[in-house]
Amino acid sequence: MTISTGVTHRLKNFELKRNQMLKIENLHATVGDTEILKGLSLEINAGEIHAIMGPNGAGKSTLAYALGGRPGYEATEGSASFDGQDLLDMDPHERAAAGIFLGFQYPVEIPGVSNLQFLRESLNAQRAVRGEEALNGAEFIKLAKEKAALLKMDMDMLKRAVNVGFSGGEKKRNEMVQMGILDPKLAILDETDSGLDIDALRTVGSGINAIMRKPDKAVLLITHYQRLLDEVKPDFVHVLAAGRIVKTGGPELAMQLEEEGYEAIAEAA
Amino acid sequence: MNAPLPTRRDEAWRYADLKALEPVWAKLTGPEQITVPAGETVSRQIAELPVIDGVGMIDLDVTIGDKATFILHVLAHNADYGRIHVKATLGNGSHFELGGAILGSGKQTLEIVTETIHAEPNATSNQVVRSVLADTATGSFLGRINVARHAQKTDAAQSVKSMLLDRGATANAKPELEIFADDVKCAHGATVGELNKQALFYMASRGIDPVTAKKLMLQAFIADAFVSLEDDAARDGIEGKALEVLEGLS
Repeated sequence: MTISTGVTHRLKNFELKRNQMLKIENLHATVGDTEILKGLSLEINAGEIHAIMGPNGAGKSTLAYALGGRPGYEATEGSASFDGQDLLDMDPHERAAAGIFLGFQYPVEIPGVSNLQFLRESLNAQRAVRGEEALNGAEFIKLAKEKAALLKMDMDMLKRAVNVGFSGGEKKRNEMVQMGILDPKLAILDETDSGLDIDALRTVGSGINAIMRKPDKAVLLITHYQRLLDEVKPDFVHVLAAGRIVKTGGPELAMQLEEEGYEAIAEAA
Repeated sequence: MNAPLPTRRDEAWRYADLKALEPVWAKLTGPEQITVPAGETVSRQIAELPVIDGVGMIDLDVTIGDKATFILHVLAHNADYGRIHVKATLGNGSHFELGGAILGSGKQTLEIVTETIHAEPNATSNQVVRSVLADTATGSFLGRINVARHAQKTDAAQSVKSMLLDRGATANAKPELEIFADDVKCAHGATVGELNKQALFYMASRGIDPVTAKKLMLQAFIADAFVSLEDDAARDGIEGKALEVLEGLS
């Protein structure tokens, strides 16, 4: 009996993870006095890659920030849960420790704090919350080297201050190195493709695939363009317009958007 | 001191806490004289002010010989009213280096006041001051640089940055340059700001809690004041003290 209970329990966990990683229901969010998200619902299961596309001002970045918990982006109605926990009730650093990674459209420069120090503090802070032991210096450097190589990033860049003096493309690649080191369950990537040349786009795309395309992980890609989706093939494509998801489809929807534009599709929906 | 108590009309005492100073003024002795012989290097660190009745005063009158170097690192923190005053007179080809941190909270008034006298040609000076001010503390830097008529090829620099942690805190930064030579470089820059909120959220989004994030940013901010201290043990000493004081601020 004891054995079979154990098995059932594990199966249940598996079912839960598989069926539901992120669940957003009727989310309303304001920035200042303006309501940007107006009843957005979205469900992401483990093993899935979702793309959200939409015109400027649709609320794409607001969705990313609201899920990340950025101050000033206030959820006023609806709910968002992650692995069954109420996401909106958690502080930003707790969301990170729970396994959410937010890739920034404009990664922030932090003068005087080296990338390596920043990442080691980040990783060990997350591990502490999860009750795991801190990585020592040598273990951490080994991990950082491995992930930097994956993204074709020089170790010297990891010794420099966070994003200071990095080009737009280098900043985005640095985001992906961070994602590799922090090894999240869910990555929300806000226009990670903007500012990348074709080669860098390919490197970043294969980085996302290598790090996140796994049965126990999921990705929410926020993008304007089809380009990145050629590298990272989404399972679902959503069109966001005026603060709501107006259409959901497979990869073919992204092609259709590229050809017909957002307006036609948002209006037809 | 025999001299009359300064007033706010004295430019160098403009932001001073004269009320706190008055009762201890008579107990103060004049400036400590330091002479750095030609070609030699003297390095000094002051991590604590000597305090009498809440007032901590450091007053140095430094004569730096030809091709000599005077390196001073100071930390202003442990006094209701604290003042570090340095007068440095530079010889031909000499160098004066100052790294200072002002860490204030409560109602503290802390200041670093320098008079850098480029009396001879070819001398260089570099002053880096970083202030972190909480509550209603006041932190000031007043830096006068005089370049004599024949002190050509003078290269003087001042960098002053202040971080205000609370709305009630005050930072003053006042460069005062009097240049009579015509072939000189005198750079001075000052900023007053607060912790970058975007950077704080960026750190949080990676899992760093707010207290640690603030600590990391303030550490990096004041580190500028101590990079010029090459002796690792000495730097760890004064910087370590600064970090300890910072922990109390945040």
